[in-house]
Amino acid sequence: MSAVILAADSVNVAQNVAFGIIAAIMIFAALNVVTTKNVVHAALWLVVVLSGIAAQYILAAAEFVAVSQVLVYIGAVMVLFLFGIMLTRAQIGKEFGLNNKGWALGIPVALGLFGLLAWVILDAFGDDILPDRGPAPTVALSDQFLSIYLVPFLAISFVLLAAAIGAIVLARKD
Amino acid sequence: MLGAETVELTSGWFLENAWLVGLIPVIGFAIIIAFGKKLPMKGAEVGLASMAVTLVIAVGGAIQWMQRTDAADGAGKEAGGLLQAFGRVLPQATEGEAKPFIDPVVTTWVWWQNSGLEFGIGSSIDGLAILLIALVAFISLLVQVFSVDYVRGDRRYTHFFAAITLFSGGMLIMLMAENMVQLILGWEIMGLCSFMLIGHWWEEDANSRAALKAFFTVRVGDVGLLVGTAIIFFGANQWAVDNLDSNGFNIAAIQAWALSGEANTQFLLWGAVALFIAAIGKSGQFPLHTWLPDAMAGPTPVSSLLHSSTMVVAGVFLVARVYPVFWEGFNIGTGGLSFIAIIGAITIVIAALLAFVQDDIKKVLAYSTVSQLGYMMLGLGTGAWLPAVFHIFTHAFFKCALFLCAGSVSHSGSHHSFDMKKDMGGLRKKMPITFTAWIVSTLALTGVFPFAGFWSKDEIIDNVGANSYTFLMWVGLGGAVLTAMYMTRATYLTFFGEPRGAAAGEHGGHDDAHAEEHEMEHVSVGAPEPRSLGAAANAHVDDHGAGHGDDHGGGHDGGHGDDHAGPHESGPLILIPIVILAFFALFAGFANPTPLASRFGEGVELMKTYVEPRATPVVAKEFLAAGGPGESASLVEFVVVPSAESGGEGGEEGAKKSGCGFDAPESGTVCFFPSVSHAEPKFTKILLSLGVVAIGYAVAIAFCIAFYGRRNKHLVGLTERHKVLRGGFLFLKNKYYLDALYENVIVHAVAHPIAKFANWINQNVLDATVNAVGIGTRKTGEWVYDNIDQKIVDGAVNGSGRAASEAGHALQPTQSGKIGQYGALLFGAATVGAIVLVLVNVS
Amino acid sequence: MLAVNFLLLAAALFAIGVYGVIARRNAVMVLMSIELILNAVSLNLVAFSLMTGAIDGQVFALYVIAIAAAEVGVGLAMVLMIYRNRKTIALDELSEMKG
Repeated sequence: MSAVILAADSVNVAQNVAFGIIAAIMIFAALNVVTTKNVVHAALWLVVVLSGIAAQYILAAAEFVAVSQVLVYIGAVMVLFLFGIMLTRAQIGKEFGLNNKGWALGIPVALGLFGLLAWVILDAFGDDILPDRGPAPTVALSDQFLSIYLVPFLAISFVLLAAAIGAIVLARKD
Repeated sequence: MLGAETVELTSGWFLENAWLVGLIPVIGFAIIIAFGKKLPMKGAEVGLASMAVTLVIAVGGAIQWMQRTDAADGAGKEAGGLLQAFGRVLPQATEGEAKPFIDPVVTTWVWWQNSGLEFGIGSSIDGLAILLIALVAFISLLVQVFSVDYVRGDRRYTHFFAAITLFSGGMLIMLMAENMVQLILGWEIMGLCSFMLIGHWWEEDANSRAALKAFFTVRVGDVGLLVGTAIIFFGANQWAVDNLDSNGFNIAAIQAWALSGEANTQFLLWGAVALFIAAIGKSGQFPLHTWLPDAMAGPTPVSSLLHSSTMVVAGVFLVARVYPVFWEGFNIGTGGLSFIAIIGAITIVIAALLAFVQDDIKKVLAYSTVSQLGYMMLGLGTGAWLPAVFHIFTHAFFKCALFLCAGSVSHSGSHHSFDMKKDMGGLRKKMPITFTAWIVSTLALTGVFPFAGFWSKDEIIDNVGANSYTFLMWVGLGGAVLTAMYMTRATYLTFFGEPRGAAAGEHGGHDDAHAEEHEMEHVSVGAPEPRSLGAAANAHVDDHGAGHGDDHGGGHDGGHGDDHAGPHESGPLILIPIVILAFFALFAGFANPTPLASRFGEGVELMKTYVEPRATPVVAKEFLAAGGPGESASLVEFVVVPSAESGGEGGEEGAKKSGCGFDAPESGTVCFFPSVSHAEPKFTKILLSLGVVAIGYAVAIAFCIAFYGRRNKHLVGLTERHKVLRGGFLFLKNKYYLDALYENVIVHAVAHPIAKFANWINQNVLDATVNAVGIGTRKTGEWVYDNIDQKIVDGAVNGSGRAASEAGHALQPTQSGKIGQYGALLFGAATVGAIVLVLVNVS
Repeated sequence: MLAVNFLLLAAALFAIGVYGVIARRNAVMVLMSIELILNAVSLNLVAFSLMTGAIDGQVFALYVIAIAAAEVGVGLAMVLMIYRNRKTIALDELSEMKG
């Protein structure tokens, strides 16, 4: 299969390479997220992962999503995470270790899950070639948002509002 | 079959409702028990009333029975056959014409049925039954009148009347019984009442012992009754079902079966033996006579009613009732020496001898009763059925009169003492009426012409001789001599000579200590009584006719105050029954004066006409078809058998006997009574018996005057000087050591070890078994509890509980609250589920 | 490029995120792992959108991003609350269940 991946058509060799490098970085970073002993380090590794995701989005001809990813996730969510880490840092340090007692259970679960997914994916999509498309026009996205998915769009704005208010309410010091 | 004639048999209200005579006294008993104490006369009025009503019904029934007989005989169509009979003269030669069978009037209700066997209760009235019913009712009424005054003040006055009324009811139930079951019922009621009445003053040990002795001795005989009934039932039942549509308990069926010629002789013999054993017990024959003298512990009215005139004749009645069984079983008709006659003869002699050594006047009379019952049995055992039944009739009157006189003497003459030697003597001047009645009754008892006993007892002796039992005839005559002698002795000691003891007005020690002494034993069983004349009472035995303990408290009318003045005549309530009975003792014999029949015709023989069942074969058609309640049944056809029948009317012996009882009846007919022979009375025989009695009197009077009166030196103390005489005297005094034999040998040595052995078996075998079962069950229960219940059952229950608990504990870690674990579980489960899904869908 | 690339990558990220949820003790770390999972899903959506040419996948990816943001906000607010109450956000110390 690796041969198939590498031996793609000429136009996409660059894509494949890029993809491969970014994917490797992402996997490495993700592994670090879940294994590092330092919470802040984990957050920073998560930033790496998120960035890689954004890059993948671009490779997948979803630019608006990539940009949104960067803006929202890396810009807001990660900051939020860092704030959260900061505010709750006092009791947690490197002393206790960041893995709970049953961490070993996670390995087989994760491996099993990955194996299953991999098998299913390969079984279903093993030979599919991604079509070569140009970048997706944002117009098409907005068309979708404001026509078919209008209600979810408005709903999600409510959700965000509720989340914001809720967060404030929850985190108040009263 | 010669011309069968249908005869219209009349009946009547009294005959058909004669069952009331059994019911009314029982109801009276219940009323007295329930309400007696509250009534003004304390229950006596209920007893008297019930007896009076019973007597009315009985007399009415008797009159109607005589009408019935007359109607059947075809002579004397008017009512009042009694008067008619005296004027009627029938030709002597009634040989060729057999008298028709008068079937009894039966009124029964079926009270129980079981597999075709029906038990009825009700009445079956024929001549014998109605005669004795009227007799019992009459005597009971007189005795109850006597008791009103005699028993006054007694501690249990009401219960006395209740018991005596129930007794009368019981005897009447027995007399009118149509089947053996009812007869046994009446028999047992009488036994119960006898026990209650003998032990009326049961607080004294001797009285209760006497009551128990009476009960148990009679009970020994009752075994014979039950066994005999059973034997006869098994013998007769099939025949009765086949021929008479009846059952083996029905008395008439039993009679017919016995005479049918088809009866198994072994059944007849052993049934007769067993039933006779019952008669021995009840009627005080040797060897079960020992209870009768001890029964004198009861009050005098009880002795006069039960143990002289009525209850003790129940045994005689049984034999007379079921006579065909005995006739065939013991071959009475063919002149064999029958068991009954032997026992009767022995009883006559031994009882008469024992009467000589009694000091207690009631005991003399008791032994006299035993002896007279021996006469009745002798008569029945030799085929003299009618004289024996007639003797029951006359004996009741004079014996009851004698007892009541003794009661009168003790009540008013000897200060409640019955000891002739100590407290009586010379009373004829002070108690003339009692004395006269006593003399009349004594003459009747000894059989002096023209008193009642002459006609009945001498008939027995006559018939015994005529049926060629010569030796027994002499035994009977000897008994008559002895009777005259001991009665003379008793009469002399009581009424003649110098007054002794209480009769002389002494009644020393009349304080409460004396009252206690009066509560002492009336009977001393087996101990010879000290013979001392004179000296007033420290240990005299007496009975408490009037509750002497209460006397001192007053309430004893006409008595105690006067007693201090000495003996006097009794009150009217006591004397009137005595006088009435003495009257009958005088004239009752004329109911069947056989020796006069040759002069006046057979019509004067009322007993023979009305009481004796006819020995005529009868067509058994619709016999006793009393299928429904209260139905009377009567035979509608009878057959006259040709003239070669019952011999013996004309000749004394040798004539060929035939007819019922000798030949089997022709098929289709049944006999109910054997042809008994009737001796022709001869002047020589009458003279013989009278002469014998006269000799007895003469000797006795002379001896009494010499011994008791003038105290002849040669005679006084004779038994103490002469060893042989002393031995004989002691032998008699100890009642032939029979009591010692019964109690020490039989009861003690035989019954006692048997009882102990039975007790041992009961305790160690039966109880041990039961206990072992109980222990075993308990052990099993414990084992089951320990092993099965605790281990298995509880184990299962606990185990399931533990399993649930363990399961819960096992599953507990999944609820740890650890989020990581929750996450692992969640994703793990999802993974597994997905794998399964994939596998299912792909493969 | 093969479609499976994206999909496998997403699957890997997903598995790693699952491991993080299970194994991590710190609540914030768990939230981060959840972010990984969400991002893996978004990547999947975009990849499918690319495969099928329909833009809906990207729309959904945007939605996922928005929801993720909201979720993180609320989640961290809760973590803050827990921290204030219990002075710890170690998940195994937050459990009060015995046994």
